[in-house]
Amino acid sequence: MSIWPKIEQAISERILILDGAMGTMLQAHKHSEEDFRGGKFAAWPSPLRGNNDLLNITKPGVVREVHDSFFAAGADLIETNTFNATSISQADYGLSEYAGEIAEAGAKIARTVADEWSDKTPDKPRAVLGAVGPLSKTLSLSPKVEDPGFREVDFDDVVASYTVQIEAMFDHIDALLIETIFDTLNAKAAIFAARSVFAERGTDLPLLISGTITDKSGRTLSGQTVEAFWHSVAHAKPFAIGLNCALGAEDMRPYIQALSKIADTHILAYPNAGLPNAFGEYDETPSHMCSQITPWAEDGWINIVGGCCGSTPEHIAKLAGSAAKNTPRPTPEIAPALRLSGLEPFILSTA
Amino acid sequence: MSASTGFINIGERTNVAGSARFKRLIVEGDFETALSIARQQVENGAQIIDINMDDGLIDGAEAMTTYLNLLASEPDIARVPIMIDSSKWEVIEAGLKCVQGKSVVNSISLKEGEAQFLEQAELVRRYGAATVIMAFDEGGQAETADHKFEICKRAYNLLTENGFPPQDIIFDPNIFAVATGIEQHNDYAVAFFEASKRIKKHLPYARISGGLSNVSFSFRGNNPVREAMHSVFLYHAIKAGLDMAIVNAGQLTIYDRIPERLKSRVEDVILNKRDDATDRLLEVAQEYAGGKRTLKKQDEEWRKSSVEERLAHALVNGITKHIVKDTEEARQSVERPLHVIEGPLMDGMNQVGDLFGAGKMFLPQVVKSARVMKQAVAHLMPYMDAEKERLGTKDISNGRIVMATVKGDVHDIGKNIVGVVLQCNGYEVIDLGVMVPCEKILEAAKEANADIIGLSGLITPSLDEMVYVASEMQRQGLNLPLLIGGATTSITHTAVKIEPVYDDNATIYVPDASRAVGVVSKLLGENSDALKREKREAYTKARAAHARGQSRKKRLSITKARANKLELDWDGYQAPRPTFLGTKVFKNYDLGIVRPYIDWTPFFATWEMKGRYPDILEHETYGKAARDLYRDAQDMLDKILSEKWVQAQVTLGFWPAVSDGDDIQLFTDESREKELAVLHTLRQQMVKNEGRNNYALSDFVAPDNVNNDYIGGFCVTAGLGEGNHVRDFKADHDDYSAILFQALCDRLAEALAEHMHERVRREFWGYEKSARFGVKGLVAEDYVGIRPAPGYPAQPDHTEKATLFKLLGGDNPKENMGVTLTESFAMHPASSVSGLYFSHPDSLYFGVGKIEKDQVEDYAKRKGMSLAEAERWLAPILNYT
Repeated sequence: MSIWPKIEQAISERILILDGAMGTMLQAHKHSEEDFRGGKFAAWPSPLRGNNDLLNITKPGVVREVHDSFFAAGADLIETNTFNATSISQADYGLSEYAGEIAEAGAKIARTVADEWSDKTPDKPRAVLGAVGPLSKTLSLSPKVEDPGFREVDFDDVVASYTVQIEAMFDHIDALLIETIFDTLNAKAAIFAARSVFAERGTDLPLLISGTITDKSGRTLSGQTVEAFWHSVAHAKPFAIGLNCALGAEDMRPYIQALSKIADTHILAYPNAGLPNAFGEYDETPSHMCSQITPWAEDGWINIVGGCCGSTPEHIAKLAGSAAKNTPRPTPEIAPALRLSGLEPFILSTA
Repeated sequence: MSASTGFINIGERTNVAGSARFKRLIVEGDFETALSIARQQVENGAQIIDINMDDGLIDGAEAMTTYLNLLASEPDIARVPIMIDSSKWEVIEAGLKCVQGKSVVNSISLKEGEAQFLEQAELVRRYGAATVIMAFDEGGQAETADHKFEICKRAYNLLTENGFPPQDIIFDPNIFAVATGIEQHNDYAVAFFEASKRIKKHLPYARISGGLSNVSFSFRGNNPVREAMHSVFLYHAIKAGLDMAIVNAGQLTIYDRIPERLKSRVEDVILNKRDDATDRLLEVAQEYAGGKRTLKKQDEEWRKSSVEERLAHALVNGITKHIVKDTEEARQSVERPLHVIEGPLMDGMNQVGDLFGAGKMFLPQVVKSARVMKQAVAHLMPYMDAEKERLGTKDISNGRIVMATVKGDVHDIGKNIVGVVLQCNGYEVIDLGVMVPCEKILEAAKEANADIIGLSGLITPSLDEMVYVASEMQRQGLNLPLLIGGATTSITHTAVKIEPVYDDNATIYVPDASRAVGVVSKLLGENSDALKREKREAYTKARAAHARGQSRKKRLSITKARANKLELDWDGYQAPRPTFLGTKVFKNYDLGIVRPYIDWTPFFATWEMKGRYPDILEHETYGKAARDLYRDAQDMLDKILSEKWVQAQVTLGFWPAVSDGDDIQLFTDESREKELAVLHTLRQQMVKNEGRNNYALSDFVAPDNVNNDYIGGFCVTAGLGEGNHVRDFKADHDDYSAILFQALCDRLAEALAEHMHERVRREFWGYEKSARFGVKGLVAEDYVGIRPAPGYPAQPDHTEKATLFKLLGGDNPKENMGVTLTESFAMHPASSVSGLYFSHPDSLYFGVGKIEKDQVEDYAKRKGMSLAEAERWLAPILNYT
């Protein structure tokens, strides 16, 4: 019996809490090459250190611990540790053929932990979002300066890669989170793959979609404005649309506000814990991050809030405490109109 | 961001079916240049660009992929949505796999049945696009309103039942050709309108699109009629609910500006108002058609007459086609080549002269006659030269005139016309061209043993130069009649300024070309003294009248004029902010886009045909001449645009600004701390009625930085490369085409200025929020803000152009703007327009009028000029001597 109807009930009543960063939490453990390899990949010809998703197989305990800590901090939703569990991203380690296995293992771990917590706190249902990351290769940009028309992968490759990942997670997750989108065309391929899998399985899972504004230009890495991005992915009819990563809460603010004005679905926000310091570490304190995000909740801009890089269970606990004091954003009625986009949005509204 | 409730103009040039050039570039694999076509469309305001690679020579899917991938790395282009246009699904799908934005598929249909339709629609949705749906089903394309609507409704229901969002549906109810001669085609446009209305009424949120050019297909080659049909069709289609169309914006004419007779006949065809509508349009279509297609059978009848008659006919009707052959035939029939000139050719030209004098021929026709004459003479020249050598005879000439546009000025259309008219009448004209220094004019006159000197100029500083030339003629004792002409010259200026410095011989102001022959023939005839006396008397009177006028025209002191300045309510006013600050350059601007903005009335005025366009085409006496001229102009315009005879360039700039008395201070950036430049303006000093203000342009800019006001500047040129073509025409003895071409370049420059002002209002400054191209866009309308030019009534000082050019072009205006200033501040090339932009809703055009010395002294001080220098530049508007 799916937990999702309960989540839908909950989101109409309160701001839901998403977990914090998996990647930086795992990095904090400073696992060795051997930890990453475990028994299964002890003899693998290339180095595997840094392949966090591989820990789903080789050190599932630490992954489980991270999930557990975020649930304990008050998260309603957790993301599977599958950001890079695709054949294209795993190619960096020569592990493409294991991508499905890694994804499935990650989904199973999250499922188990979430179910334990749902049982433990029946009036606070916990759900699993299958995390679909942006890939190490991108469809709208050429890696060769001298050849702007060149592409390392094509749409069909990307769809195929995402299809394996989504297939592998499908039975164990409650929804999909296509996240950290810096190239909207990659995300559109993920949506395409998801729709194809859903059609195959005869069941739709809710989709959550989260873009990344890379800097104060207010655009994605592939050049779209927030509104153009929304027009490009609105056909997915997502359960939530939002932004994550790259920016701290302070800099993300205007873009969340912009999205909340135009999107007729739930708004999701999970910024980084500030910007990396000189050592590449995130050192924004939980209370500072919370003080930045609380006004969003007070102004009724958001429905789901969490943290990205650098955010710990302490950050999430702080956010959860603050969110509980505010009401969720009511989903606005947006009149239907022909909405198109290039890098910029285009609307033909009813005259 | 572009939100629009108006009509959407979809760029069509990146379509291999719509653009031969684009197709060639794709076939040759020159994607780089092909990209520049897309860029041009976006720069020119296309809100969506249609990309189509359907051609037998092209691998559609591959070309689509390559092109879209390249396009993705060009943010200037990729900012707008793409319409992926193909009749092949695999090409559409290849396109969908390359675009991160939400694009439009063009198109899918029920042609192959419901299953395939729904499958493709589902894929469109999965790829995240909207789609055009053709009114096409298993039985074919719908032609009647009922069938069109029926198919659209069926498609709509199928789609919405399957979860396709209705707002992502765009119907194309098929625009078909009308006036084909086949009766059942007559109702095609009406059927489109009717179907559109029903779609809008019954199928909520669905949109309507179409390919416009089909409708006029039966008038291929007759662009004026096609354009009229497009405009009339759009006018009604938009009202019926058309939201967007794939349009060549260069092929649209303003609905209000279609000649009345043509418009009513086109309306009859489009709206299928009468059975004989097609025939009636065909009847008039020829009059508006391109010149090459106008030869009718009966027109060749004249070929059967004698060679003398044929030559006369050719001259009177301006036909060059057989002139060389006929001239040769005539030459062989007479003893000396000169006899051909003195005989049939002069007879013909005399007829032309008589008809012109009687007001039965008009300037453009005369200039065409001159072209025939020149080509005939050119054919005879080698024989005459040979004879001259043999016999030692002299040239015959009624007289020799040296003509020039004076130093610092580049305008020469009027001078060229006068030259041609004089040549028609047997005078030898030595044309020294433009920007000719005084010494060169006088030298040439001496060397050629000239009978008359003619000076021309358009901008006000040229007036001074003419005075200088006259005084030099006096000093060097040339003792020749001096003719003065050009737009800013006047009888008063000639009387007050020129004649007094030159009394050796006559100084005569010639107001237009048609007077030139009369004046010259009298001057060189036996009674020249009578004319000279008459003119001297007239100028003495003009001086007296001027002096009287001086004393009557009371002026306010500058202090009082300033006390009566326009005080706008700046309290709480927030000026609109331009979308960029600093300058922006558009090279190779697409002149096709600006064609509909051409104001034809001044074009006819250039040819001394006065009257408003389009009424002038139906003018009682010279309607026919006007129509012929208009047709030639349209033909040449087609070539200018399609063969890119000239390049256009636009430079725009915006700067934070604040007014400071009669000056406007510009800043480098929005901190408004560092001064960039100061623009100086002049204030009206005439006595005003109660409640009327003494304006200066600075009144329209906020006096305080809290209002965050800005000022804009622009320079546009449509004359890059103009000189080469003028030279080529002249070398071919074709002054008619040379003048026509120059006049068209001028019109294009003005049209470009008008078009850019619209874009500035709507886009770059963006304070005008109305739809870009609604039904309203098809009719001329009033707008907010002004674009006054230095050297014109609101700021008569040409030297202000120096500041403007420095702002726009830095130290290298030639490279940065394509336009330079002469020492008299004329723009070069001549087909250029520059000026300032003011956005305040109360800003308006006005004339400074005459000003007093107190203002000139103050102005000189503000500009850091000596009083004498300021007086020199402001000479035409000084209210004192």
